[in-house]
Amino acid sequence: MYVELKHINKSFGSFRASEDISFSIEKGRLAALLGPSGSGKTTILRMIAGLEAPDSGEIWINGQLVNEVPGSQRGIGFVFQNYALFRYMTVWDNIAFGLEVQKKSKKEIRERVSELVGLVGLTGLEKRYPSELSGGQKQRVAFARALAPSPRLLLLDEPFAAVDAKVRQELRQWLKGMIARVGITSIFVTHDQEEALEVADQIIVTNQGRVEQIGAPAEIYLKPASSFVARFVTGVPAIEGDWRFVGFPEPPAGARALIRPEFVEAFRPDNEKYKALLDGAQPGVVEDVSFRGSHWEVTLQTGNASVTVRRSLQRRPVARGDILQVVIYRLYQLAPDGSIRLLENKALEGRYIPED
Amino acid sequence: MYKNKATARRGGAGKYILIAVSVLFVLVMLIFPLGAVIGNSLKNGLAYYFSAISTKYVASALRVTLVAAVIAVLVNTFFGLMAAWLLTKFRFRGQGVLAAAIDIPFSISPVIAGLAYIMTFGRSGWATPAVEWLNDLLGTDISLVFSVPGVVLATIFVTFPFVSRELIPVMNANGRDEEEAAALMGAGGWRIFRKITLPQIKWALLYGIILCTARALGEFGAVYAVSKTRGRTFTLPLEIDALYMSGTADSITAAFAVSSLLVIMAIVLLVLRSVVEHIAGKNGKKEGQ
Repeated sequence: MYVELKHINKSFGSFRASEDISFSIEKGRLAALLGPSGSGKTTILRMIAGLEAPDSGEIWINGQLVNEVPGSQRGIGFVFQNYALFRYMTVWDNIAFGLEVQKKSKKEIRERVSELVGLVGLTGLEKRYPSELSGGQKQRVAFARALAPSPRLLLLDEPFAAVDAKVRQELRQWLKGMIARVGITSIFVTHDQEEALEVADQIIVTNQGRVEQIGAPAEIYLKPASSFVARFVTGVPAIEGDWRFVGFPEPPAGARALIRPEFVEAFRPDNEKYKALLDGAQPGVVEDVSFRGSHWEVTLQTGNASVTVRRSLQRRPVARGDILQVVIYRLYQLAPDGSIRLLENKALEGRYIPED
Repeated sequence: MYKNKATARRGGAGKYILIAVSVLFVLVMLIFPLGAVIGNSLKNGLAYYFSAISTKYVASALRVTLVAAVIAVLVNTFFGLMAAWLLTKFRFRGQGVLAAAIDIPFSISPVIAGLAYIMTFGRSGWATPAVEWLNDLLGTDISLVFSVPGVVLATIFVTFPFVSRELIPVMNANGRDEEEAAALMGAGGWRIFRKITLPQIKWALLYGIILCTARALGEFGAVYAVSKTRGRTFTLPLEIDALYMSGTADSITAAFAVSSLLVIMAIVLLVLRSVVEHIAGKNGKKEGQ
């Protein structure tokens, strides 16, 4: 294990930022610390960097216990949320700063900086000041600056938060490719579940100072270990109240349901293709239809709950007030204690489920 | 179209009224009185003017004023920087109390500050034994009240917050990220200060120094309390007061002549201040992200 945290605790006054945090990351991996704001993910990153000290617990990097090692000796490159570029230095001087601190020779500095400027695609902009750069360019400078002293571990705090949505998409792929190319173990903090799923090899989900789940993106998405992870990663609100669906047992008191759009199918009663599923279906009234480019998003009122389904553009259009048959293949049942169960529609057992 | 014109005209009238009021106010309250100082100082002719400002009393007062101002500015620049750095880049218990304590000289009458020094370092002051012990140890005979060191201390007291008050908002706005980034790359405190912090705050620092200097040159109340010897510990404001209070027509003219010295220094500082503000403003715009 390249980076390992063992039972880390950290409080700021009465606020518990980290509670018994343990996880490990293999060499060369790109890990995401994912959680809502205030979940303690940035504190974890700052403790790994040595910018904060844990109250208890151990931090290991490359087989070395680093609790007592100052941040500057841990071999870390850090990309700050707002990049924290040195505003009174040019792009070149920003990238060269860490090398100058290390008292590298002029020649070495020149070679390394021009190599990095080329790597991040900023050739020609070396003499610019940070205020003369776009958000994406700033991020590239921050990345190059963090990499210049050849760190063993790269830490990125919300690396895409400061750029607009369009650039963000492009930067994600760029950063992922760049980290793969450099081959450096990296940890980034994000509150955006899509970003974590898309970019990371490994996701550590945090909530209220605790680790909720650790796993590969597909694992986190398909097998959420707690109701928090299911809700946070799905981005779909949980169904509360007195819900009841055909094919599922009566829910225990206080239980909520979480139904991803891909867990649902809705079809007109005369649809031959889905005839075999009628036993597991119930009628639902179309509440809302919105166009999403590649599909329609249809919200239906059924089983005393609001359920969303994606509808292919090839199929017959539906309108508000139409009555469709709604079949729910599976759902997450969230118990009040935070535990989670994936339930399958019993009425469909052994049935052939047509592909969409 | 018509409506726009109307609002423009109404706005125009309002603007001119405001300009007239402001100009009138500045003229009556500032320019005329200062003009009177210059005018009165030249009432007995240039020869008298120069003889009035070259007496040994004035020379001594000028020297004491400059010594006090220079030392006060140096000390306050150093401590102001330290205090601002401490209050903005670190978190610690009692931070708010310290920040408030720095502002005490702003809210206290300078005379009280002077009296407080007498009570502390004067003949029966509680800190006097410590001062005497130090004097014995160093073989010196430094007295902290009714002496030049006392004048310097009083000046330091009243000008204490100027530098840090200019720096703290700027340093707070800039945050700690750049310093942290540099520290993570292994840069030491001095390098971080010189390369990262100082360039960010240099205009605010210069502005604070100029304000501090202006205040130090003109301080009256606090210095008056600890300075009683004309020709030895008097500063220019005290010398002016002494000349004016002696009441003869000639000494009053001399008081105005000496005052004109302070006015000239003030104008020089004002020009410097405007230049600094102008350059800092331009830089601020360039840097705006």
